[in-house]
Amino acid sequence: MRWAPENMAEALEPEKKRRRIEELTDKMAVDGGCGDTGDWEGRWNHVKKFLERSGPFTHPDFEPSTESLGFLLNTCKILVLGAGGLGCELLKNLALSGFRQIDVIDMDTIDVSNLNRQFLFRPKDVGRPKAEVAAEFINSRIPGCNVTPHFKKIQDFDETFYKQFHIVVCGLDSIIARRWINGMLVSLLNYEDGALDPSSIIPLIDGGTEGFKGNARVILPGMTACIDCTLDLYPPQINFPMCTIASMPRLPEHCIEYVRVLQWPKEQPFGDGVTLDGDDPEHIQWVFHKALERGAQFKITGVTYRLTQGVVKRIIPAVASTNAVIAASCATEVFKLASSAYNPLNNYLVFNDVDGLYTYTFEAERKDNCFACSPVTQKLQFPSSAKLQDVLDFLKETSSLQMKTPAITTTMNGKNKTLYLQTISSIEERTRPNLSRTLKELGLTDGQELAVADVTTPQTVLFKLHFTS
Amino acid sequence: MAETMKVKATKEQKYDRQLRLWGDHGQEALENAHVCLINASATGTEIMKNLVLPGIGAFTIVDGHSVSGEDVGNNFFLTKTCFGKNRAYAATELLQELNSDVSGNFVEESPEELLDNDPEFFQRFSMVIAVQLPESTLLKLSTILWNAGIPLLVCRTYGLVGYMRLLTKEHTVVESHPDNALEDLRLDKPFTSLKKHFQSFELENMDKKDHSHTPWIIVIAKYLEKWLSENNNHLPKLSKEKEAFKEQIRQGIRKSETGAPEVEENFEEAIKNVNTALNPTKISSEVESIFNDEQCCNLTTQTSSFWLLARAVKQFVENEGHGNLPVRGTIPDMIADSDKFIKLQNIYREKAKEDAAVVSNYVASLLQSVGRPSESISEQEIRLFCKNAAFLRVVRCRSLAEEYNAENVNKDEISSYMDNPDNEMVLYLMLRAVDRFYQQHGRYPVIIDKM
Repeated sequence: MRWAPENMAEALEPEKKRRRIEELTDKMAVDGGCGDTGDWEGRWNHVKKFLERSGPFTHPDFEPSTESLGFLLNTCKILVLGAGGLGCELLKNLALSGFRQIDVIDMDTIDVSNLNRQFLFRPKDVGRPKAEVAAEFINSRIPGCNVTPHFKKIQDFDETFYKQFHIVVCGLDSIIARRWINGMLVSLLNYEDGALDPSSIIPLIDGGTEGFKGNARVILPGMTACIDCTLDLYPPQINFPMCTIASMPRLPEHCIEYVRVLQWPKEQPFGDGVTLDGDDPEHIQWVFHKALERGAQFKITGVTYRLTQGVVKRIIPAVASTNAVIAASCATEVFKLASSAYNPLNNYLVFNDVDGLYTYTFEAERKDNCFACSPVTQKLQFPSSAKLQDVLDFLKETSSLQMKTPAITTTMNGKNKTLYLQTISSIEERTRPNLSRTLKELGLTDGQELAVADVTTPQTVLFKLHFTS
Repeated sequence: MAETMKVKATKEQKYDRQLRLWGDHGQEALENAHVCLINASATGTEIMKNLVLPGIGAFTIVDGHSVSGEDVGNNFFLTKTCFGKNRAYAATELLQELNSDVSGNFVEESPEELLDNDPEFFQRFSMVIAVQLPESTLLKLSTILWNAGIPLLVCRTYGLVGYMRLLTKEHTVVESHPDNALEDLRLDKPFTSLKKHFQSFELENMDKKDHSHTPWIIVIAKYLEKWLSENNNHLPKLSKEKEAFKEQIRQGIRKSETGAPEVEENFEEAIKNVNTALNPTKISSEVESIFNDEQCCNLTTQTSSFWLLARAVKQFVENEGHGNLPVRGTIPDMIADSDKFIKLQNIYREKAKEDAAVVSNYVASLLQSVGRPSESISEQEIRLFCKNAAFLRVVRCRSLAEEYNAENVNKDEISSYMDNPDNEMVLYLMLRAVDRFYQQHGRYPVIIDKM
């Protein structure tokens, strides 16, 4: 049988296409196949070839065994963070590689713009939680696979949850989230008499993509470079200077930012307290028109709806292929670590196919005094005449720390004292005067321990204050 | 085929994230393509997934195999209900289901059968992707496609080893989107309107606000004027000359009453940009070879628009361009007040437009000389080509027949790689050996471990 049109016109003939799609979707409904865990002859032949044979490329300590498949199928628990571009690919790859006990966390719902790459979702799924739809699809398509979805934030879970997994693999879209899970896995490490207990290490495989670029890395917390060890690998977010936005726009982007940052809060166009929602087309339409007006005022061309949306939502371009490559790299590393059959990536892979195809791997180095994964207490060096604001600025601006809204507490006279906390307005108001006080005035002494909490880490970080004068 | 407004809007939303990479015209090219996949193995369907999701126009799968238990085990686009069915037919269903914009088709024959019975079959495709095909079939297929000018992508996976070989006689790219392209500022050779614009500025007489909000391009230009008159018209080239030049600019930063330098970010930007901004404007060797290419020099009725446009730009370079490409017309953002920036930007934009218009005239007469209608290359195309003139790329590959020809083999160089087991050459040779084994034994090598 053949259905191969002679030319494009024939290929795209609407009537034929519609009939065929109707046929196919009817068939799909019948072939449900839910709740079926039966394996079939030859199902795992490809996977078995990796587990039951040695070869020139296998790990030197690898011993082929028929038991390994059972471990993957029945025992190994994998946690996937994110059910988006990378997440969908990861779930597919892991499920086909024999992993059946998979949990997936994603706090988002499906949007139309996801459909060009997040292939577990269909137009009818728009609005539903990604984790749930993804799990449904995989469990249905891959009989026996048991993906458990969690429509939650990663911060909603604590160490009792994370402890249960053998490997964590991420397809996250924020550096803060990456740092958080990194900190969580570091907090699960056990040190006995100063030596790291290897059984407490949960490997973290992290993938990231942006347009035609991507990277994949293997992190063994406590042993290899962690996310925070290499914070400087992440380019800083581009923010336009305020004077440019407010009085000297030159680019269409400046016009858009003006409306977003200054005009919207001032005019409250959709009601008091209604914040700009980048997913609301009416909001974007309003910003677009106002940005056009500002552009006209300064003779700046180039404001478009697409640009407006891109700037407001900080949109990062994305395609299916890059996500496929990076997720494949990550899933391969999960397989290697779970099976011990091959040498894992050591430890950072860079991929770029903007111009031809370029890929490079290198060993990212651990930082001795990494504030996230080094067991050594961090030092804060300031003159006693320095203000608390200086300490706050240091925590936010130092490239190795890059905290967002650090809250600083300490123990004084046996009691817990909050020096400054930004995220709760009543406490912020009460502690704000402390910012302009000197460390000496606040009663802090040389060697005092300060506890710092921040969104970038699940655990409070202890710093030892050291007066330089 | 006319699309309703609603369909178009939904597609724009769906494809938004990729449209930001390749634009509407890139999407159009994708939607006009019909790709053929040979062998719906896991590798093959994975490739197709990544073409169907972004909206390729159509695909056709050619596969003579029946679906086995192994296939369903490792392929996301095959399910248990597919056992025993033809693999092309089975995979098309679930790939088609990914995107209703795409037209999926299947041929339940092996490529060997098609090549014997209907070799013309493959000529209807924009591109063919051949997965896990043995050498002999590949040679036959590649010869047909090579002669028809249709690109062939050969793919193989073998355990954790992957292999890709692109076979195309010639592929031209206008918008290569280089990551770190140097700006086209012409500070070393300012064109007339730019020179005039620079002359309208007198830094010394400016008030504080203007002085600190003058674009760095103008700052460099003014100080360069002075330097050239004092240095026999020699641009600062050696690093110590550039350092001296930077120092001169630094001395130009206004000082407060106490003698401390004011904060003038535009001057800081000027100093930072001295190193690259004074690089002589010149045409890259890549673009030079495009101009000297046989295709560019000898136009025929068959010549593609790319080469015709290249020839037109070459003519511009040799005449009105005085050895330089048409002005690109873009400048980077910089600290400046809106008015000064926009005016400066417009100078570059206007010149780019003028240059493109000259190129356009050359295009028109070249089209006429090869008997093509003047509308066959649009103004938009010409402007895009001029804007990207510094980034043109031509990719040429050698044929598979040449690669497989034992006479062409560089034995010494290949042998020298053999000492290093991590070298890719070792993997390449092993894959060729596996293919050879298949040729002789009709199966792939198997080592049966005694377990």
